[in-house]
Amino acid sequence: MGKKLLLANDHIPGIQGYEVYRKNGGYASVEKALKTMTPEAVVEEVKKSGLRGRGGAGFPTGMKWSFLAKPEGVQRYLVCNADESEPGTFKDRYLMSRIPHLLVEGMITGSFALGAKTSYIYVRGEYYYIIAILEKAIKEAYAAGWLGKNILGSGFDHDMYVQPGGGAYICGEETALLESLEGKRGNPRIKPPFPAIKGVWGCPTVVNNVETIAAVVPIVNDGGDAYAAIGIGRSTGTKLISASGHINKPGVYEIELGVPVEEFIYSDQYCGGIKNNKKLKAVVAGGSSVPILPANLILKTVNGEDRLMTYESLSDGGFASGSMLGSGGFIVMDETTSIVKNLWNFARFYHHESCGQCSPCREGTGWMEKILHKIVHGHGEMKDIELLWDLQRKIEGNTICPLGDAAAWPVASAIRHFRPEFEEYVLNGHSIKDVKHYYSVNRIQE
Amino acid sequence: MENKPQFKQETLTLIQEIKKRYPEGKHKSALLPVLHLAQAEFDGWLSAPTMDLVAEVLEIEPIEVYEVASFYSMYNLKPVGKCLLEVCRTSSCWLLGAEDIVRHLEKTLGIKEGETTADGMFTIKTVECLGSCGTAPMMQCGAQFHENLTFEKVDSLLEKFKSEGKRTTYFDEVVVENY
Repeated sequence: MGKKLLLANDHIPGIQGYEVYRKNGGYASVEKALKTMTPEAVVEEVKKSGLRGRGGAGFPTGMKWSFLAKPEGVQRYLVCNADESEPGTFKDRYLMSRIPHLLVEGMITGSFALGAKTSYIYVRGEYYYIIAILEKAIKEAYAAGWLGKNILGSGFDHDMYVQPGGGAYICGEETALLESLEGKRGNPRIKPPFPAIKGVWGCPTVVNNVETIAAVVPIVNDGGDAYAAIGIGRSTGTKLISASGHINKPGVYEIELGVPVEEFIYSDQYCGGIKNNKKLKAVVAGGSSVPILPANLILKTVNGEDRLMTYESLSDGGFASGSMLGSGGFIVMDETTSIVKNLWNFARFYHHESCGQCSPCREGTGWMEKILHKIVHGHGEMKDIELLWDLQRKIEGNTICPLGDAAAWPVASAIRHFRPEFEEYVLNGHSIKDVKHYYSVNRIQE
Repeated sequence: MENKPQFKQETLTLIQEIKKRYPEGKHKSALLPVLHLAQAEFDGWLSAPTMDLVAEVLEIEPIEVYEVASFYSMYNLKPVGKCLLEVCRTSSCWLLGAEDIVRHLEKTLGIKEGETTADGMFTIKTVECLGSCGTAPMMQCGAQFHENLTFEKVDSLLEKFKSEGKRTTYFDEVVVENY
């Protein structure tokens, strides 16, 4: 097993509560930062750590923090993005339900670094029970003096609140999240200005994922260099991977970045191999938005090198033969999976979740779903495959936020790597025999 | 004309508390949490008079409430059963038989997805990924996630809900399962 930084203590009975958390070294990062460091020094450690945004984009966190504008007399905010909605991703829910004080601690230390007197944790509404867990943790932190006025006598004041969402994937996009926090529809904003300049209520704001903020705790405790010593190259530290699909041991795994994909799928430490002794067909490595890869390309790059669980290795080969680490939503599909029908499922998702602001996404996601529905139900024509390709190409890069790209990439990669399967659906429609899963879950067979 | 709905006094107090979370004059931010409270208090859905009440309490225009309530998928703009069965239909849940679960619910309850049973007890709703992919297939009922579903598990849950006869809300106490 590799080193664990976030989930080292999550198995300890009672770790959800303040007493046990504190006894196991909890809130040490707040003590260290507030008593011995300047805010700038904390930002510097985060920069040194090489920590990259764990929500999916992978942008260097220290750099994001250093962009925060600091005009005189204007409030600054830290907002935690706990709107975890990327299909295949459930690590933040795990972290918040198992060890909620880790997030609260990271929020305090992070807010100190940014000079934010108020912070919000924006949690997707469907996780209402998580909100209750977090509010309890926050209440305990206030009672113990980690929140409120003049924390540890440092002169630093901080208040923290939890905000529920209303059920919208798009609010995981940071500017949509800020709109939603302002009590509006989750329509992403045009950037620039970036949230670091104009965020919530027009004030400078940093938005970070749950896991990113939690990682600030070990970085401050042990130093940025110690964090950067874990991992490979620019993929430093540990990452929570949400493993699901046709595997023996689904769940959340904290890995040191750099574990070979093959080991991750087949080792008993992690996924434990494919369920029911089936063969691996494909993997979506970083949440539904990233390109799907067939078994051969997820295990090895085109150059024959082992594919590793790092930002760089997973994207090796670009979109022609690679994918992305994304949010770490690792969805495994066995040989019985219909790639075409799975894609229809994804396309329906993006159509449902498009906010409707930009025409290419609003109309394009709908058409992609319709065309895939037609192909899946045996009414497709060869030209529909070309039309799908054309549609995704015209959505990508032509929308305000990345939801358009996220809807386009799965379509492009499925056609790129599994075109014969699409053609099979067009030619033989209902009589497809090799895709058993198609029969087991499809209504039209009745 | 329906009778004008009114919040309970304790809810009004809670709303005043929520408004204090935001800077002066930015109380519109309370809209999403207050809509959740309203939905829980008024039979699990938001009628036009309920939304007007929310607008009044938050001192904003009714249209600001309507446009938000209609944007987010958790706000029901039509009446729903006491138990809203929200079945995840995306990705890993789909791979592991979400459609079978929906079909089983439809058959058992004698209604289609989106419909409510005649006794007003159950509504079936399919929803997008709820972040329970490692414990798929799953459905949410109130705040509680019901994971690793099988037909047997679904049957016993339906029995339990029926015998309890309670309305479920997102504010219910939850049993957190081990992963």
